[in-house]
Amino acid sequence: MARIGVFVCHCGTNIAKSVDVERVAEAAKSFPHVKFAVDYKYMCSEPGQNIIKEAVKEHKLDRIVVASCSPRLHEPTFQKCAESAGLNPYMVEMANLREQCSWVHDKTEETTEKAIDLVKMAVAKVAKDAPLTRGEIPVTKRALVIGGGIAGIEAALTIADCGYEVVLVERTPSIGGHMAMYDKTFPTLDCSACILTPKMVDCAADPRIELRTYSEVEKVEGFVGNFDVTIRQRAKSVDKTKCTGCGACLEKCPSKGIPSEFDAGMGTRCSIYRPFPQAVPNVPVIDRETCKMFKEGKCGVCSKICPTGAIDYTQEDVVTTEKFGAIVVATGFDLWDHKLCGEYGYGRYPDVITSLQYERLMNASGPTGGKIKRPSDGKEPKNIVFICCVGSRDAEHGFTYCSKVCCMYIAKQAILTKDKIHDSESHVFYMDIRSNGKGYEEFIGMATCNCGTNYMRGRVSKLYPKGDKIVVKGNDTLIGKPVEIEADLVVLATGMQPVHDSVDLARKLGVSTDKYGWLTEAHPKLKPVSMLTDGIYLAGACRYPADIPDTVAQAAGAAGKVAGLFAKDSIKSEPMIAYIDQNSCAACGLCVSVCPFGAIEIEDVKDKRGNVIKQAARVNEGVCKGCGTCAASCRSLSARLRGFEGSQILNEIEALAE
Amino acid sequence: MKYAYYPGCSLESTGKEYDISVRAAAESLGLELVELEDWNCCGATSAHSLDNHLALTLPARNLGIAEKTGLDVTAPCAACYNRMKTAEKALKGDPKLRAEINKETGKDYEGNAAVYSLLEVFAGDEMKKRIAERVTLKLEGLKVACYYGCLLTRPAKVTGYDRYEDPQNMDEIMSLIGAEPVDWYFKTECCGASFGVARASTVERLTAKIIEDARANGADCVVTACPLCMTNLEMRQGELNMPIFYFTELLALALGSEGIQKCFASHLVDVNSALDKVMR
Repeated sequence: MARIGVFVCHCGTNIAKSVDVERVAEAAKSFPHVKFAVDYKYMCSEPGQNIIKEAVKEHKLDRIVVASCSPRLHEPTFQKCAESAGLNPYMVEMANLREQCSWVHDKTEETTEKAIDLVKMAVAKVAKDAPLTRGEIPVTKRALVIGGGIAGIEAALTIADCGYEVVLVERTPSIGGHMAMYDKTFPTLDCSACILTPKMVDCAADPRIELRTYSEVEKVEGFVGNFDVTIRQRAKSVDKTKCTGCGACLEKCPSKGIPSEFDAGMGTRCSIYRPFPQAVPNVPVIDRETCKMFKEGKCGVCSKICPTGAIDYTQEDVVTTEKFGAIVVATGFDLWDHKLCGEYGYGRYPDVITSLQYERLMNASGPTGGKIKRPSDGKEPKNIVFICCVGSRDAEHGFTYCSKVCCMYIAKQAILTKDKIHDSESHVFYMDIRSNGKGYEEFIGMATCNCGTNYMRGRVSKLYPKGDKIVVKGNDTLIGKPVEIEADLVVLATGMQPVHDSVDLARKLGVSTDKYGWLTEAHPKLKPVSMLTDGIYLAGACRYPADIPDTVAQAAGAAGKVAGLFAKDSIKSEPMIAYIDQNSCAACGLCVSVCPFGAIEIEDVKDKRGNVIKQAARVNEGVCKGCGTCAASCRSLSARLRGFEGSQILNEIEALAE
Repeated sequence: MKYAYYPGCSLESTGKEYDISVRAAAESLGLELVELEDWNCCGATSAHSLDNHLALTLPARNLGIAEKTGLDVTAPCAACYNRMKTAEKALKGDPKLRAEINKETGKDYEGNAAVYSLLEVFAGDEMKKRIAERVTLKLEGLKVACYYGCLLTRPAKVTGYDRYEDPQNMDEIMSLIGAEPVDWYFKTECCGASFGVARASTVERLTAKIIEDARANGADCVVTACPLCMTNLEMRQGELNMPIFYFTELLALALGSEGIQKCFASHLVDVNSALDKVMR
């Protein structure tokens, strides 16, 4: 006979304000098999948990109901508590009196009645609970990091530093990401390349890190500890074992003048290229879309010039499938395209550029060697207007969120402009200044007070060319007057948006994105670097706009999670998952098609002598998340969910209907 | 080709040349315009500044009349078009509001009659084909600044323009009749609209900027599709001597419509400097 204890929580005043908790506890005492019931202010606190443990001992309870908050919040807490009291952790049921009762109803008689019903149902269910045991899953101690920007680099270095193997996959020919494109970084003005390139070199030098540039993840299967990932290494047309990185091919290639991705279109490259001289690995690739040899079948200049014979036009893509225990997603962001914005000229005016393009014009390794020259005529601009929130906080053209980093990099660019062109004037149109990081507010002060940047609070309604100037029509809302500035150069702080194919990647990984396409973390506060799929973590601006300090912190956090996972030889699997009664299963395959995790497959069922006698579904226990979709859809009741058996659910319903 | 035609108040007074030229161009192109019977004021600008409900009810009555003809309706005036289009959008998406307003107007508008600006009508594929075929006088050598003003293309949610800051359909019509549209930047700037009455100095400033940008980019004349823009651009431009045309005037001229010359005579700014370029 079951011996049930019921523990009703006040949750401070969260539940007690609209539910008569004493009455709920009193009522629970009369339910079948309930041997003990009590209420307490905070059941999850240490004294609260002690009440549970002592009651289990004193009343010889073999299962408990905790009537408090959502199981998503505290089910693990009370499972641990039950376990330490000597119970099986799966002999615990939660009645959600907070989210499903007190928070959504006023203090009325009915609210308490509903709370009593919820407890009654949980009591009915727990009476049918059976002990469950967790399984063991082995862990492959090798991590995959997707994306070779600062987030991916930091994550890879940290995981390698913990002693584990890492494969770092990057789509472009070099690691480094956006950070490699920047000139200096806020709020300390240290040179981006000086702090980043050593880390890039470390990545290449570390024997535990394998770089896969010019590569993409094609398919991800498996589950935590045991992912099978298919990676496509695109043909570089250059044999990396022979190439010395001398660069002779880059000088002789006849297909020049292709807009350089790395210079954000401000400079050019040729068909065989490395994005920048400090690229890691320092091996060029041939862009087959523009290469004469691939387009017209003749040229071969790079092959003739190469002293080591490294050029290989016959190279093909290599597709491999490898095992990983954990995945860190660090795929970063794209910039919003201001060509969508007619007020700023639909991208027609050459002297209206993005902040990333301006970054390249300021950068010593950029197309102008760090001399600020405007694109139209190469003149040094004296009057520069910066416009914040282009795409950001703008539901009309872009998106509603704040891109977080623009206020700071605009301040930085204004400071650096003053440094490079002493007699220049910088004007900034802003909505609000968001400078809430360490040293950030002081940095804004440097831009406004020390460098004399003219900050104006207001939006710009129109840009148009007049002679060789760009007229900026805006509004200074603090003085309440329209403003017109004749600028030599206009820099748009275009906002950050998810990488164009972030939703595709999410689909491959079986993880979710928000309405914009940002990858969704497991919990916005408590699990910011984890995803809902175990074993997959995320870092940096693939989750949401992030600056370099935040990105590095998240990358280290994600790497820490990976190291924590790899510190164990095996991990416990959740037992509340689906299973199939193969005796009654007709292998109709409905469960296979409805499973959102791809956890079910049809297999041959053999007898003792190994003869195939029938086919039936089978659940991959490592992949199943216990959502119950299969159990709900199975027509022969062969797919079932442990912890949510038909008898348990029916008992709940019967209790409610009594 | 047949549309219901809502001329609006100004086409019977200050914008008479617009009405004459619309009808002349339409006739040359085989476009039949059926004027709405017993139409009323669209309400601009007073109604929507004061009473949103009234601002929908006034054009809704005209929409109800249009619906009875079984035709889509076109309005030459930018403000009339904008008010009617706004009402169409509001009423189409809200059956409750539609029922309420229909009760007040005594007309049955069920959202079938759609509203088009005159530009949209003349820049439709079939019309463009006919224009190209029927041009008798190519306006070669005439550089025109196509001026759309604020209400023809915006708000884009109402008008459906995708490049609402750089619309092209008037430019396309001008190219078809041999004129050369210039690339300029004040296509969709505001002329000051009804402030022309209350604060003439403001409108003088705005108008001057529009005309200066047109001239700076090489235009011989400004072409508009709005009677109020015409009034402001002509009356408030001071001594700038920039000829202003309705796009339908140039269209009718190119199509050889008779009687269009009398429109040119009644312009407040002499248009001969522009016409001399094409009438040799």
